[in-house]
Amino acid sequence: MADYSHPETLVSTDWAASHATDPNVRVVEVDVDTKAYDEGHVPGAIAWAWNTQLCDTVRRDILSKEQFEELMSASGVSPETTLVIYGDNNNWFAAWALWQAKIYGHADVRLMNGGRKKWLAEGRELSTSVPSVQRTTYHAKAADLSLRAFLPQVQQASAARSSGLVDVRSPQEYTGEILAPPGLPETCQRGGHIPGARSIPWGKACNDDGTFKSADELRALYGGEGIDGSKPVIAYCRIGERSSHTWFVLKYLLGFDHVTNYDGSWTEWGNLVGANVEKGAAASAKG
Amino acid sequence: MNAEEYQERQVELAGWPVNLASYRLGAEWHCKADNVSPGAALTRTTGATREEAEEKAVKRAEELLARTKRHTV
Repeated sequence: MADYSHPETLVSTDWAASHATDPNVRVVEVDVDTKAYDEGHVPGAIAWAWNTQLCDTVRRDILSKEQFEELMSASGVSPETTLVIYGDNNNWFAAWALWQAKIYGHADVRLMNGGRKKWLAEGRELSTSVPSVQRTTYHAKAADLSLRAFLPQVQQASAARSSGLVDVRSPQEYTGEILAPPGLPETCQRGGHIPGARSIPWGKACNDDGTFKSADELRALYGGEGIDGSKPVIAYCRIGERSSHTWFVLKYLLGFDHVTNYDGSWTEWGNLVGANVEKGAAASAKG
Repeated sequence: MNAEEYQERQVELAGWPVNLASYRLGAEWHCKADNVSPGAALTRTTGATREEAEEKAVKRAEELLARTKRHTV
């Protein structure tokens, strides 16, 4: 992991196995499939549910500062805690959780490289016990919104081509052939992509075992599509979790300075009245 | 407890590539079906054998994938 710009943001499964129950470490599993934790998890790990604990359940938004503080407090986390997050689908929603922890200024938050898949494949110990934690009183920092893109910024970036827009969905979602990942409910009125966006599916950043590709491979992947850190980058997908995975890669593994996650993503853009939409594989905007 | 005999394989269901990951936890076999691109979980099943768990996953995944509409681009 030494060739990444910020290798300290990753831990190996070996490291997690040795440190999961350290007093200053809190391991958290965050899955797409929220039942996975109950089947068996890293001993000592707690679970956060992405659909109830990592978003505002009334309005569409990430956690407020107060909600984030409550989650950390209930999880026995202090600002000095090393948070190690992992999950299924090569850390999709684990990256979503890490992104929010970074927004609220948690100093030491890391992903377990390879996530749940690698842990299982290596035949490591699994526990079905839910550890008890001692509640803390956590004070978060003010939200760092330089890590998040909102609609007006994306509209401006698309119109002016002032940022590199990275669409991390599948090629069929990018072209507009399908409106949601195969087998999942459609959540938008129109298919296609934001004008000017490049298609770089999130999974291309991963090896077969779920770990991240090397820095050289990642530089070649994104650089080949003109995403080289020379200008700001905005990543998006359908609801923001796959793009937080790519955001992590660009921000911490490649060390790009200005990377934001547009969590409104295609569910927002594809439902906008009057929004420009580009269909097919062409990269040129249609106005 | 640990996952034993972890195995992944790809199949095509309703015209879509699907990844089947299966393993044994104690006496019970587990299977998880993901669509390959983007990798979203479709279903999780269990069975007395790997074949039984996979068969249940394939059936459910086919039902879900068959609902996916392809639009003309």
